Amino acid sequence: MLSLIVFTPLLAGVFVLCMQREQLNAIRRAAFFLSLIPFGLSLGLLRGFNPTDGGMQFVESYAWIPQFNIRYQLGVDGLSLWLVLLTTFLTPLVVLAAWSDVHKRLKEYMFFMLALETGMLGAFVALDLFLFYVFWEVMLVPMYFLIGVWGGARRIYAAIKFVLFTMVGGLLMLVAILYLAMHAQAGQPSFDLLRLYDVNLPLEAQRWLFAAFALAFAIKVPMFPLHTWLPDAHVEAPTGGSVILAGILLKLGTYGFLRFAIPLFPVAAAEATPYIATLAVIGIVYGALVAMVQPDLKKLVAYSSVSHLGFVMLGLFALNPQGVMGGIYQMLNHGLSTGALFLLVGVLYERRHTRLIAEFGGLWKQLPKYAVCFLIVMLSSIGLPGLNGFVGEFLILMGAFKAQPWLAAVATSGVVLGAVYMLWMFQRVMFGPLVNPANAVLPDLSRIERAVLIPLLVMIVLMGVYPAPFLSRMEPAVTAYLARIEKKMAAVDTSSATFANGFPLPLGGGQGEGTMYAAARLGEPHPGPLPEREGDGGAALP
Amino acid sequence: MTATPMIAATPVAWLVLLPVLLLTGTALLVMVTDLWMEGPDRDGLGWLGIVGLAVTAVASVTLWNQGEIGFGGMMAVDRYALFFNLLFCLAAGLTLLMSMSYLELTDIRVGDYYTLILFATVGMMLMAAATDLIVIFLGLEVMSIAVYVLAGIWRRQLRSTEAALKYFLLGAFATGFLLFGIAMLYGATGSTTLNVIASHLAKATGEQRMLATIGMALLLIGFGFKVAAVPFHAWTPDVYEGAPTSITALMAVGVKAAAFAAFTRVFLHGLAGLSGDWSMVLWGLAVLTMTVGNVVAVLQQNIKRMLAYSSIAHAGYLLVGMIANGENGGSAVLFYLLGYALMNLGAFAVVMALGKRGEPNERLDDYAGVGFRHPFLGFAMSIFMLSLAGVPPLVGFAGKFYIFAAAVKAGYVGLAVIGVLNSVVSMYYYVGVLVKMYMTEGSADVPSPTTRPYLFATMLVTVIGVILLGVFPAKAFELARQAFLSLG
Repeated sequence: MLSLIVFTPLLAGVFVLCMQREQLNAIRRAAFFLSLIPFGLSLGLLRGFNPTDGGMQFVESYAWIPQFNIRYQLGVDGLSLWLVLLTTFLTPLVVLAAWSDVHKRLKEYMFFMLALETGMLGAFVALDLFLFYVFWEVMLVPMYFLIGVWGGARRIYAAIKFVLFTMVGGLLMLVAILYLAMHAQAGQPSFDLLRLYDVNLPLEAQRWLFAAFALAFAIKVPMFPLHTWLPDAHVEAPTGGSVILAGILLKLGTYGFLRFAIPLFPVAAAEATPYIATLAVIGIVYGALVAMVQPDLKKLVAYSSVSHLGFVMLGLFALNPQGVMGGIYQMLNHGLSTGALFLLVGVLYERRHTRLIAEFGGLWKQLPKYAVCFLIVMLSSIGLPGLNGFVGEFLILMGAFKAQPWLAAVATSGVVLGAVYMLWMFQRVMFGPLVNPANAVLPDLSRIERAVLIPLLVMIVLMGVYPAPFLSRMEPAVTAYLARIEKKMAAVDTSSATFANGFPLPLGGGQGEGTMYAAARLGEPHPGPLPEREGDGGAALP
Repeated sequence: MTATPMIAATPVAWLVLLPVLLLTGTALLVMVTDLWMEGPDRDGLGWLGIVGLAVTAVASVTLWNQGEIGFGGMMAVDRYALFFNLLFCLAAGLTLLMSMSYLELTDIRVGDYYTLILFATVGMMLMAAATDLIVIFLGLEVMSIAVYVLAGIWRRQLRSTEAALKYFLLGAFATGFLLFGIAMLYGATGSTTLNVIASHLAKATGEQRMLATIGMALLLIGFGFKVAAVPFHAWTPDVYEGAPTSITALMAVGVKAAAFAAFTRVFLHGLAGLSGDWSMVLWGLAVLTMTVGNVVAVLQQNIKRMLAYSSIAHAGYLLVGMIANGENGGSAVLFYLLGYALMNLGAFAVVMALGKRGEPNERLDDYAGVGFRHPFLGFAMSIFMLSLAGVPPLVGFAGKFYIFAAAVKAGYVGLAVIGVLNSVVSMYYYVGVLVKMYMTEGSADVPSPTTRPYLFATMLVTVIGVILLGVFPAKAFELARQAFLSLG
């Protein structure tokens, strides 16, 4: 089932690639209807999903590379279920949005879009670290082409920057994965995530490994100060690329923390919590402030992403049920509302070929349908009660207040700032007199554009007024997730002395230079328990 | 009393010689057939060579479970040698295939050219099968002399002649170092046979050990030249750029693999007793080689020079595998060489496909816009470049994964980190080719790949190989492991 969901998009992409280049409409139709197949399948997944089970479901597991115990292993639980659905939900919409947007090299565009979907879905459901890494890197290639071929003027710079940033993090994570897999158990290497969850590592190793994983994911999120690739990539990417980038790709960063970095190395994660939470809050405020002064609509939305993902990170690192569930919920919200915002900006750009706020004004009169859509999406992004953004932000702040009240207080100012830059932007674009004559002839939303936006609006409202079905399917998994972390922290606390010394760090028996080097990088194994850790860990847990 | 003869005559071990003999026979046959052939169309010679290589490969496969050693321990057909035989047959076969299309663009005399490629391959096989330093030297010379000539075989091209001369002078110099090293080791241990050297070194002390260490250092320099490790790499870009492209491919793949075959066998087996000394030196060489290769490659404007520096960088990754030592590291080197052969041969095939008679189109700017105008060329080149950069799920990634896994397992985490950071640098210039092909407009008039069936076939084979071995590397991992474990 999961394999089918993951690989149908790729097959669909190859099919589209084989079509006649001239038949634009046939390509569009084929891509759209084929992209509905994984969506339909994932609805089946939702139906078959047992909401009371907090463990992995729909697990598939086959031996792949026996020499390294690498398995092709997929599974979905309450943490990833909705992200899978978000991916299969957004992709058809993006394909549909390309109807009038993309004209040159259409079938290649569709191919890369669908291949990208396979990469993202695979990364969400992979339960083997090697497999996850493969999907994680594979995603880079289609996204690179989407930005580099169909992007704006500085597209090449943006595409390369995107690739290099992500690769630095990814490859360091690969070394960490290798280290973890090679040393997790004596003798046999293991890349099996579920088994590695139960491995207790000594603190020193955890710190380094967590740092490597966190770097990779923090670049992808992106967290302040590693966010600089994001505005470039967003501004240059075509509309569909931006939607996928903001809607799903960035979620992989936060999902990575949730699925890998935190549960694999909980003690190190707990230690790092104050720093990461602080960076998250800086990101929230900084992103909001920078968004406020942007003259370009797309850049404004891009910086708002930095701010919103700061909230997600704050929630995840609260390490309590409210915070984590809020974080996941906010991932979905951000996917919907920011995706919709990029689509709306794309609609304007397609008509006027500019995104400067100063070029617009008074659009409400000319484009009433457009304006209403924009209003709803914007309010969702601000976090108006009754729309989805409110639920997520509320849960996050509730969780964060329990864990780090001071940071949560500062983060609240981000909500206010968010309202300021969004409303101010809306006012400048929509209200006032319609002075620019170029805007007086703009047509309102076309049928296809409405078809793209209405599903998003429906979801935004639905998730705002009736969050229960979404949250209830997350809850068992989140509970299990937090219990696992707690258990692991306790295990390391009681036995850290023996583990730290008994852990097979590659310090004995290596050769010459390498041994010294490994020692220098990993530090000496810690003897004895570490008191300072208990303080942090205890505070972070409910 | 009968006097014991100074040198005991050893019986001829035909089985050990079988692959080498088959290929030598093929080479002679090609040479003779060339004289009988009439007319300008000489593709038949190429096919003859390919058939000979295929027969040799089949013979090597059937010998897989034999594991025979002959000539008093001087040569072996262990799995290690057979693995490399297959690799060389593949590389030489694809080189011949490409050449059948490529030579039309040049005025190279076809008969000599095919014969020399086959002789060079014989030399490579000797190097991989040799378990004695003298035989390694013999193989090296057989291979090198053929390649010196091949590099300069396009006589009307100034840069081809220059490449040959440069390669010859520096190669001869390096061989000198190698011989010196062999002499030192002989002095230290009283033998040139690797098994004897290994057992001597295990208990050598004092002066003996010092002498052996000096010999090891000299061998290192000699092999360093051949595999193009920094700081012995200076000849590489000029020679790779100047030589006919098909020969560049053979040098980048075959010669390098042969040098690594001997290098790995000598160091990981014969000189295992000195691993404490050489692993330290190799550590530095590996870091230098990876870094210099990758950083300088970024600056290149000519695709062949870029691939030359890239091949230097890949030698660095391979050295990491050697340093990691042991079962994992050694098998990783073998697997990597296989993957590297496929992706590099493919990349050079694309380079050739872009060329026309009198118009080599080797500048990166000539690649502008090619991707969309010739989808297959673009697709193939993208696969090769991404694989060289180590993007999953292609064979380049599987190889790097194997090597770095071995390094991490052996405790060289720092080396692995330096290696992956180098991969990021390499991504920049490999992706630079894609930028040219897909994201810039260009007008270079490039012939359609379908008009050159042999080049097209080469690309097809290598693309399929790169993808298949990348997605399902388990079988090849196992082969490489078995091959490496057959080292005594």
